[in-house]
Amino acid sequence: MIGDKKRTESAETYRRRRWTAHLGLWVFLGSEAMLFGSLALGFIGLRMLYPEPFAVASAHLKTALGTLNTAILLTSSLTMALAVHAARGTRRVGAPLFLFGTAALGVLFLTIKGYEYYQEYHDHLVPWWSARDPALSPPVQLFFVCYFFLTGAHALHLLLGIIIVLMVCSIDTFSALRIPTVTVECVGLYWHFVDIVWIFLFPLLYLYGGPSQ
Amino acid sequence: MNEASYLAEGGTLRQWLTTTDHKKIGILYLFSVTFFFLVGGAAAALVRTELLFPDAYLVTSEGYNRLFTLHGIIMVWFFLIPSIPNTIGNFVIPLMIGAPDLAFPRLNLASWYIFLGGGCFTLWAVISGGIDTGWTFYTPFSTRFSESRVLLALIGIVFAGFSSVLTGLNFIVTTHRLRAPGMTWSRLPLFVWSHYATSVILVLATPVLTLGLVLVGIERVSGIGIFDPKLGGDPLLFEHIFWFYSHPAVYIMVLPAMGVVSEIITCFARRRIFGYTFVALSSLAIAGIGFLVWGHHMFVSGQSLYAGLAFSLLSYLVAIPSAIKVFNWSLTLYKGEIYLSGPMLYVLSFIGLFTIGGLTGLFLAALAVDVHVHDTYFVVAHFHYIMVGGTVTAYFGALHFWWPKITGRLYPDRFAKWAALAIFVGFNMTFFPQFLMGYQGHPRRYHLYPPEFQTLHVVSTLGAAVLAIGYFLPMSYLLWSFFRGPRSGPNPWGASGLEWKTTSPPPTHNFHEQPRVTWEAYTYDR
Repeated sequence: MIGDKKRTESAETYRRRRWTAHLGLWVFLGSEAMLFGSLALGFIGLRMLYPEPFAVASAHLKTALGTLNTAILLTSSLTMALAVHAARGTRRVGAPLFLFGTAALGVLFLTIKGYEYYQEYHDHLVPWWSARDPALSPPVQLFFVCYFFLTGAHALHLLLGIIIVLMVCSIDTFSALRIPTVTVECVGLYWHFVDIVWIFLFPLLYLYGGPSQ
Repeated sequence: MNEASYLAEGGTLRQWLTTTDHKKIGILYLFSVTFFFLVGGAAAALVRTELLFPDAYLVTSEGYNRLFTLHGIIMVWFFLIPSIPNTIGNFVIPLMIGAPDLAFPRLNLASWYIFLGGGCFTLWAVISGGIDTGWTFYTPFSTRFSESRVLLALIGIVFAGFSSVLTGLNFIVTTHRLRAPGMTWSRLPLFVWSHYATSVILVLATPVLTLGLVLVGIERVSGIGIFDPKLGGDPLLFEHIFWFYSHPAVYIMVLPAMGVVSEIITCFARRRIFGYTFVALSSLAIAGIGFLVWGHHMFVSGQSLYAGLAFSLLSYLVAIPSAIKVFNWSLTLYKGEIYLSGPMLYVLSFIGLFTIGGLTGLFLAALAVDVHVHDTYFVVAHFHYIMVGGTVTAYFGALHFWWPKITGRLYPDRFAKWAALAIFVGFNMTFFPQFLMGYQGHPRRYHLYPPEFQTLHVVSTLGAAVLAIGYFLPMSYLLWSFFRGPRSGPNPWGASGLEWKTTSPPPTHNFHEQPRVTWEAYTYDR
C-alpha cells in the first residue's frame, strides 16, 4: 500500500504517487462496474422476459428492511466522506474515528441483510434448497437466483470493504504512524463505489411493481 | 553476463519466486505459457492424428470432444491471452517508456500466482477426466448434460481472468504515470499503444466473462434455470454474455501482436512507421469497436434479424482500423532498406496470414454467407489464421527480436529463418485445406467424417507436423543460445527504441541513469 512518507520525499514525488494510486483504483472500479453492470443488465433482460412473475417475486422481499439498509449505507458514505476530509486536513485525529463508524455501519447493514436472508430462508424462498415453496414457478425461482447473486456479490464486496477499513484503522492504533491520506482516499473511493452499486440494486430488486399498464 | 544485470542478481529459486522485478516476472510467465503451449499443442497433435482417418482409430468420440476442448481452453486462456502481454509486454514496456518497473510491482507478481492457480485448477480438471463442452461452454449442455469436470475448469478460467484484469490495470497505470521525461504520448512506441488498448479490453471485458461463467456454475450446481430454456432460462443470454467477452478477447490476442509488428518492421525496413498517429489510434479504434460486434457469433442462434444486421455492419467497421494497420505496414516497407532477418520474416508472414484471416472474417460477417459456413471448418481456419498465423507468429517474432535484450545472448539467425519458413509453410498446409473443407460444409468439432474429405484432412495433419517442427526449432536453438550463444551488445539490431539504450541484459533498475527522451519514435530515416 502506498503511504505518506512526507518527511523523506519531495512534494512532487508524493503528488505523483498519489495520482498513481488513484488511477489504479479508478481503473479497478471500471472493471468492477462492468461486473455489476452486466449482472444488472442480464437481470433486466430476464425481467423483460417474465415481467409478471418477477413482480410477484419482488413483492416477497422485505422492502422496509431494504429501505432501512439503504439509509444506513448512505450514512456510511457520509462518515467515509468525513474520514477522507479529516485525513486531508491538519487535525487528522478524526479520521480513524470516522473510519470506525463507517465500518460499524457496514456491519449493521450486513446484519440486517443477514436477517433478511434468514427471513427468506424461513419463507422457503431459497430456490436451490430442496424444501423450497413448491408454489414458486420457475421464473419466480429465477428472480430469487438473481436476487441472491446480486445482493450476495454486493455483500461480499461490502465485507471486503469493512475488513480493509478496519485494517486501515489499525494502522493508527497499533503503530506510531498516522494513517496515510492516500490510503484513506482510496478506501473511500472503493466504499462509495459499493454504495452506488446498492443504489442501483435497491430499486431494481425491491421497488419493481410489474409492467406498466 | 555483465555484473550489473538483473540475471546476475538474486539467482536463487526463492528470490525468483518472490521477485517484484517486471523482467523476472516476464520470464516466469515465459516458462508458464511455454508449458501451457506444449500441453495445448499436444492436444492439437492428437486431434490432428485422429483425423487422419474418417473412422475412429485412436480415441473415442468422448475422448475426441475432451481433446479439442482441452486444446481450446488451454490455448485461449493460458497461452494466447497471456502470451505477448505477460511475457514480452511485462519485460519491455517499462524499458520502452524509461521506467524502473511497472506501477504496481507486487500486484504484477500476485497476478502471476493467480494465473498459476487458475492453471492448476484447469490441469486438475483435465487430469481428473477432462471437459467436453468445447471452450465456449454453451448452455444447457454445460449446465445440465455434460458429465465432465466443467466446474473445475470454470474456476480455473475465472482465476485466469482475475490475473488478466490485474495485468491490464498495471499496464494502463504504468503507461499513464511512469513515462520518462520527454516520452510524450506521440513518442510512445506503438507496442505500448497496442498494449494500452489491449489492457482496456482486459479490464472492461474480463469481468463479464467471470459473471457468465459463475452463472453457469450456479446453474450447474443448483439446477435453477438461468440459461436452460427447459427450466425457464434464456440460452441466448449466455451467448450474449460469453461473446461480449470472447469477441473482444480476439483483440486481446491480436492487438499485442500488431504492436510487435510495428516495432520489428520499422527496425528492419530502417524507416519511420508510415502514419504513426493512424496506427496508434487504430489500436484504440479496434478496442472500442471490438466491444460492439459480439452478435456476429450468433447470426444463426435466433437473435432478431435487425440485431443481426447491426452486428454485421459493425463487424465490417472493425475491418477498417485493421486494414489501416496492414496498409501502413506495407507503406513502411516501401522504399525501405529491408533487411530480411529472422524476426523480420516472422513479421512478414504475420502480415500475410493476418490479411487472409481478416478477409475471411469479412465472409463470416456477411449474414447470408455466414448461414452457409457457420460452425464449419471455415470458421476454424479463419480464427486460426488470426490467432496462430497472427498472434503465435508474432509471439515468436517478438521472442527473437527481444531475445538479445532479455538474455544478453545472440542466436544463429540462419536457424531463425528456417524456423520462420517452416512455421509459414506448415501453418498454411494445416489450415488452408480447412477453408476448403468448411466451404464444402464439413462441420467443426466432428469426430468422424465422410471419406471424401480424407485427402484434405491428411494434408492438414502433415502440415501440422511441419508446424510442430517449426515450433520446436526455436525452442532448441534459443535454449542453446541462452547458455552458449555469443554475447550481445546493447543494441544488436540498431533499433531506435529506449529499451535498446540500456545494457543487455538490463540492470535490475533498468537504466543506469534516468533517461530523457528528446527524439520522436522510430527515428530511422536519414
